[in-house]
Amino acid sequence: MITIPYLTAVSTYFSYGLLFAFGQLRDYSRLIFDWCSTNNLHGYAPICLAHEDFYIRRLYHRIQDCFNRPISSAPDSWVDVIERYSNDNNKTLKRTTKSTRCLNLGSYNYLGFGSFDEYCTPRVIESLKKFSASTCSSRVDAGTTSVHAELEECVAKYVGKPAAIVTGMGFATNSAIIPVLIGKGGLIISDSLNHTSIVNGARGSGATIRVFQHNTPAHLERVLKEQIAEGQPRTHRPWKKIIVVVEGIYSMEGEICQLPEIVSVCKKYKAYVYLDEAHSIGAIGKTGRGVCELLGVDTADVDIMMGTFTKSFGSCGGYIAGSKELIQYLKYHCPAHLYATSISTPSAQQIISAIKVILGEDGSNRGAQKLARIRENSNFFRAELQKMGFEVLGDNDSPVMPIMLYNPAKIPAFSRECLRENVAVVVVGFPATPLLLARARICISASHSREDLIKALKVISKAGDLTGIKYFPAAPKKQEEEKDRIKLD
Amino acid sequence: KITRENSKAKSFASPLLWANDIFCSKSTGISWNSLAALCWIHRAKMDTNLVEMFRAGLNWVTMALDAPSARVVLFGVRIQWHIFVEVLLGFVIVILLSQKSYKPPKRPLTEQEIDELCDEWVPEPLIPPITEDMRHEPPVLESAAGPHTTVNGKDVVNFASANYLGLIGHEKLLESCTSALEKYGVGSCGPRGFYGTIDVHLDCETRISKFLSTPDTILYSYGLSTMFSTIPCFCKKGDIIVADEGVHWGIQNGLQLSRSTIVYFKHNDMDSLRSTLEKIMTKNKRSKNLRRYIVAEAVYQNSGQIAPLDEIVKLKEKYKFRVILDESNSFGVLGRSGRGLAEHHGVPIEKIDVVTAAMGHALATEGGFCTGNARIIDYQRLSSSGYVFSASLPPYLASAAITAIDVIDQNPELLVKMKQHIALLWKGLKDIKGMSLASDPESPIVFLKLENSSGSTKEDLLLLEKMADRALKEDSLLVVSSKKSFLDKCRLPVGIKLLVSAGHSESDLVKVSESLKRLASELLL
Repeated sequence: MITIPYLTAVSTYFSYGLLFAFGQLRDYSRLIFDWCSTNNLHGYAPICLAHEDFYIRRLYHRIQDCFNRPISSAPDSWVDVIERYSNDNNKTLKRTTKSTRCLNLGSYNYLGFGSFDEYCTPRVIESLKKFSASTCSSRVDAGTTSVHAELEECVAKYVGKPAAIVTGMGFATNSAIIPVLIGKGGLIISDSLNHTSIVNGARGSGATIRVFQHNTPAHLERVLKEQIAEGQPRTHRPWKKIIVVVEGIYSMEGEICQLPEIVSVCKKYKAYVYLDEAHSIGAIGKTGRGVCELLGVDTADVDIMMGTFTKSFGSCGGYIAGSKELIQYLKYHCPAHLYATSISTPSAQQIISAIKVILGEDGSNRGAQKLARIRENSNFFRAELQKMGFEVLGDNDSPVMPIMLYNPAKIPAFSRECLRENVAVVVVGFPATPLLLARARICISASHSREDLIKALKVISKAGDLTGIKYFPAAPKKQEEEKDRIKLD
Repeated sequence: KITRENSKAKSFASPLLWANDIFCSKSTGISWNSLAALCWIHRAKMDTNLVEMFRAGLNWVTMALDAPSARVVLFGVRIQWHIFVEVLLGFVIVILLSQKSYKPPKRPLTEQEIDELCDEWVPEPLIPPITEDMRHEPPVLESAAGPHTTVNGKDVVNFASANYLGLIGHEKLLESCTSALEKYGVGSCGPRGFYGTIDVHLDCETRISKFLSTPDTILYSYGLSTMFSTIPCFCKKGDIIVADEGVHWGIQNGLQLSRSTIVYFKHNDMDSLRSTLEKIMTKNKRSKNLRRYIVAEAVYQNSGQIAPLDEIVKLKEKYKFRVILDESNSFGVLGRSGRGLAEHHGVPIEKIDVVTAAMGHALATEGGFCTGNARIIDYQRLSSSGYVFSASLPPYLASAAITAIDVIDQNPELLVKMKQHIALLWKGLKDIKGMSLASDPESPIVFLKLENSSGSTKEDLLLLEKMADRALKEDSLLVVSSKKSFLDKCRLPVGIKLLVSAGHSESDLVKVSESLKRLASELLL
């Protein structure tokens, strides 16, 4: 639950209103100027109507330099951010050859595998020389190499399920698997803040979709009861099956899902559980096995476990783990398995090596060190930020920390101020978050050292003072009463 | 009898007169008249003071009611006050008639009933029971998927990889990949918007734009997601899309996600396309903001046919449609220098509005790209879901793409060799029994379709799978037998696909023709 102070809410609405009004004014003047010039569409409808990309042209372009920043080194704890300049008020940005070395608080590099690794990279290069960069074929034709077979076994063992199937992209995993599992006549109940890939997959399946309040098992129970009693819309026939989709860590809130309660509710009502561990696999839990290990849920209770390898394993691709029959069925029907090129073999080797390091099978204890360090780093950073008075979301142990900004003008201010001090942060606004709740999102990595974090804290504190985002009073004072705040979900 | 003329002066008797007028008939006339006379006489006997007051009051009321209509003359007829009463009653009648009919009161389910329903509901199992044919295992390669590969320790000729120019295992590609791996690691650890844009991505986009002479390019991290992210970006609810019925699943998924109106035309049939466009234009002339698209593939993955781009462009200009073309299997293959279908047909590439391609074919790397004019590409950078919400392409694959394009530019003889191999294969497979060559003679996908289908697609697929398995076991040949997911809506005939590469040798081609001819005569007749 995010509570926003009245004054901040009013000023945020006012800012957006002003930007909107100014944008409309510019649009009208553009219309008048264009009246005279010829229309070069010659009978074609415009590819994009004026109101469809209004937000992009009038609001987003002003702060375009805060996004899509190119880097010229590996996404490690320190990166080289390429400088860009603009001649036409941020509408187009041109690259220069200069770059600045910045502390990287934006990449999903939770365990530090994002750059050259002494164990993984030599093995990856070896597999590249043996198997080449791609197999140019789908898994069922000639795209399965011995590395792919080993990878699926490795992933299944690591996650704690009998079998697994791996695809080349995490986003496409959700879009291609959900339509295979459920179709018309089924019901998908998904968390209100689920990722776009899940929404796409659910829409593509043709099943009915209902949403339950974010991370609230009581509301999920109410929705389930209502829906089972009512049945399919209009015909009231019983549902064919119900799948409940939740995520391990929600990437914009940093919250960990309340998995034990949700699993017990689903067991009671005979619904299937689909867990998307994109951010939590490898990052939380004692041995990095994700949210099931952290919260003590038996993996046999979760029917379908999905995850991606981009975040903690420094590679690409996604997986689905489940029972042997489920995986066999998916291998026979999943379009990503039948038609798409298989995952690149060196990337597969990177995942295998990364899992070996995490489990300690490479002969060292680097894996355990990394896991301990990321937990320490996250907890330390979060505690310090909260002590300074920032409004930080997320649970303990989660390496994702959003800091609330609210006001649209603070989005570019915070980002540019941090960049000036050589700290690279990620800021997110509408439409990835609700309109009023813009935030800066920090991702902690196991490769950050204590000095890095202290420098980051100093810079963020300074930027926070300049932009005025320390909404809570700094410790040791207690927080003010909540009577003058409005609660927002 | 009181006549109308007498009643011109407003008096107590006028309502009675009205009633008199209405109910007066021969049979009741006398009784009414006598009643009226009785009332009249009785009235005269009443207390005159009360009556006077009453009469004055009533006079006032009738005058007030009549006052507005005293000036109202509608169509030359003077409106009297009772018209207003009638109009009011008329309104009441209309309102009553328009009310919904009586419904029985709703009785919501009680808590106990809901619990009972939840207890007795039994869901279907998550997956249907596994049948024997689902247990089929694909061959596991033990070396690179080049023209020759190793399966189960044996050397096998590989016709199942879309390695059209033989770039798998090329030293230049391996070199550039190795240096990229050492510099950047494997993954890019973030989406393009959040420090996942690495300079290799930008270089790759520039290189592709230069190669195809288009203004701008955008890179996607997965070949299949390129199409199903691009199409929903431009096609929204209400737009019209005319698509070929043989497009692959990625495009079908994109069409479904876009929620536009989709009309299919017969596979690669220009007459069918023309008549479909004609029908649509005559139906929907009104909307100026309605966007219209034609979606086609350059070389169809499901049948190996090549789309006649010059005719499509002529039709598009005549009926004002935009063209979205998927050049996955033609990029680096068709055309004199490998620039794709536009060069092959001599059409300037500006005439195609959106060109997408997956790089997992001729370029021997992974990922995909989309190319077109600056407005289209810029728009995708913010609204294409597969670009914004997904991690970017691993940098070593992007650098492999750059090197692959450089190799294609500098070695045009690869294309010539590949074309020769296709011609040789066609010669070898000309008189195969039970199957016929259904692809275009210039396409790198050589498609042998089953002549006599058994009627059920499942049976056909099993037969083809058996044929492919025997080709692998007996003749050490990897070929592609058609596979269909139940989500795939394409109904084109199934068959065996051979993907020809510039790296094959002539003996490989002869071997595969002999083997397929033998197997076809054994299994299909």
